[in-house]
Amino acid sequence: MTTVNGDMTEQLHDKRTVVIEPAGLDRLIEVLSRQGYEVVGPTLRDGAIIYDRLASTADLPVGWTDEQGPGTYRLRRRGDNALFGYAVGPHSWKKFLFPPALTLWRARQAGESFEMEAETAAEPRYVFFGVRPCELQAMEIQDRVFMKGAHIDPSYRSRRENIFVVAVNCGHAGGTCFCVSMQTGPRATFGHDLALTEVVGNGSHYFVVETGSGAGAEILDDIPHREARDEEIAAADRLLCDTAGRMSRELETNGIRDLLYRNYENPRWDDVAGRCLTCANCTFVCPTCFCHTVEDVTDLDGRHAERRRPWDFCFTADFSYLHGGSVRSSAKSRYRQWMTHKLAAWIDQFGTSGCVGCGRCITWCPVGIDITEEARAIRESER
Amino acid sequence: MMALVAEPKRKPKLAVWKFASCDGCQLSLLDCEDELLAVAGAVEIAYFMEASRSVVKGPYDLSLVEGSITTPHDAERIREVRRVSRHLVTIGACATAGGIQALRNFKDVNDFIAMVYAVPQYIDTLVQSTPVSANVPVDYELQGCPINKKQLLEVIGAFLFGRRPVVPPHSVCIECKTRGTVCVMVAHGTPCLGPVTHAGCNALCPAYHRGCYGCYGPKETPNTASLSRWFGGLGMGEDDIARAFRTFNAWTEPFRKESTAHER
Repeated sequence: MTTVNGDMTEQLHDKRTVVIEPAGLDRLIEVLSRQGYEVVGPTLRDGAIIYDRLASTADLPVGWTDEQGPGTYRLRRRGDNALFGYAVGPHSWKKFLFPPALTLWRARQAGESFEMEAETAAEPRYVFFGVRPCELQAMEIQDRVFMKGAHIDPSYRSRRENIFVVAVNCGHAGGTCFCVSMQTGPRATFGHDLALTEVVGNGSHYFVVETGSGAGAEILDDIPHREARDEEIAAADRLLCDTAGRMSRELETNGIRDLLYRNYENPRWDDVAGRCLTCANCTFVCPTCFCHTVEDVTDLDGRHAERRRPWDFCFTADFSYLHGGSVRSSAKSRYRQWMTHKLAAWIDQFGTSGCVGCGRCITWCPVGIDITEEARAIRESER
Repeated sequence: MMALVAEPKRKPKLAVWKFASCDGCQLSLLDCEDELLAVAGAVEIAYFMEASRSVVKGPYDLSLVEGSITTPHDAERIREVRRVSRHLVTIGACATAGGIQALRNFKDVNDFIAMVYAVPQYIDTLVQSTPVSANVPVDYELQGCPINKKQLLEVIGAFLFGRRPVVPPHSVCIECKTRGTVCVMVAHGTPCLGPVTHAGCNALCPAYHRGCYGCYGPKETPNTASLSRWFGGLGMGEDDIARAFRTFNAWTEPFRKESTAHER
């Protein structure tokens, strides 16, 4: 397994680059399942590619791709049998590591006092099968939030420490992708046990596989593979180069923190507020948004209470509710908070941008608000 | 340490009142099959004509009011209900927004009366169907057509223990995304009122590939104008946009303004 510290993932192991045939991936799923892992990855549902359980590679969106743009997502046939020929969809891996709803504890009345009962459900051991490079960076960012500060989240940590990561380098640039700007892709450089590059076409179909950890190298013993030839490695490299060249969007990050800090009163915030629905879809699909709240509920006889931890969103009035009212009552203040935190304050808080360039917030905004466009407008207003 | 709940001296008295409505929201209370005994254990069901003819005299600690105010008699009676109720909670779109019957508010009610009734002189109705809050002060409004029974239990429970009910006023989108439902607007191009609609139904319709119909009324700070512009881009005509906002919650201010802006 990858260790969770980004700087430690390049563990001392004999790094290998091998070739696996598509059937070898089924063997990989089989071997990992037998080791007690639950394999989750991309699969088709309701007209999109989401993350759920995989029994075999047949559950992957074989031969499918996506067309994405601001506020729009459509599945299309590719005309080949690629297993990973698409970009990211509405789900992200955070739903497994940081579930959208979690019960923290229960309390039961016992005479004049009460008894506390911590949630002790066993956390599943996941294989994340098909993690994109931008998503590795997103996980690294959430690690900083949940595991590297003064307060460690035990639920997150126990899930995170047990995952096996099969990363997939991107041979397809989605219509809202901008990982190159954020320096997070299209090639995985850390945080994985194995990283695959799928090469398909001209009658051949194979995966160039790089090991990223001792566990990744070890599992190759059980998977049919052979050493990669130079031309196969070159073909994979070319593919990733092409993907980087086909980025549909760009976000200029140079000096972005100070740019946004200087522009709290920029009229562009009024403009975006005219479009923003404050529906919070962007925060839900964002793989790094980590806000959560706690809710207490009781049953009718008052003998049983629960504390729950659902995700929270800076786009609601309740999010900033202090005594007497909401601090951010307008859409303008909420959108500004979200974007300024994501692209600027995050750097002060966690030493990294909160954006990985996955483009989900652009695609899944019901009215197609584009964070790269908003940032550009603010930058250009200073020219 | 203090017990979770102080033993009450007597059970609070609950009353359920009906005005112009379909009874669906009251039925949500009866629909609490598994929880009904717990409700009866926690409160004295003192007035609930849908469930029992036996009536315990007021005043009542908690009154749940279903239905909108549509007749002079209603207007009189809701003031009496308020007078005998320590806490008054409206349940459903009729009581909180005027209901589907508030469609009359956009037209001349006398035209409807003349059209529908053979002997119109027996009809004694108000010009408008109004929410309870337009007539008397209301302590809490539970939105929805019909309301969600779990939210009703939550409101009753919160009332019993003097805490804020956990009934988030945010968008239906949050429920869709929590369930993992794929967005029907982004992925299918289906117009959906979810981004401006109050959560509470657990995003039922999108889970069955339908756009949200807005049954739970406006969420907090709804940007209906932006959503309408997007609907236009999806190919919806002005009439259809106006009609989308003219259903069970048509008379709420945000939906009323939006539908009127697209009316021709």
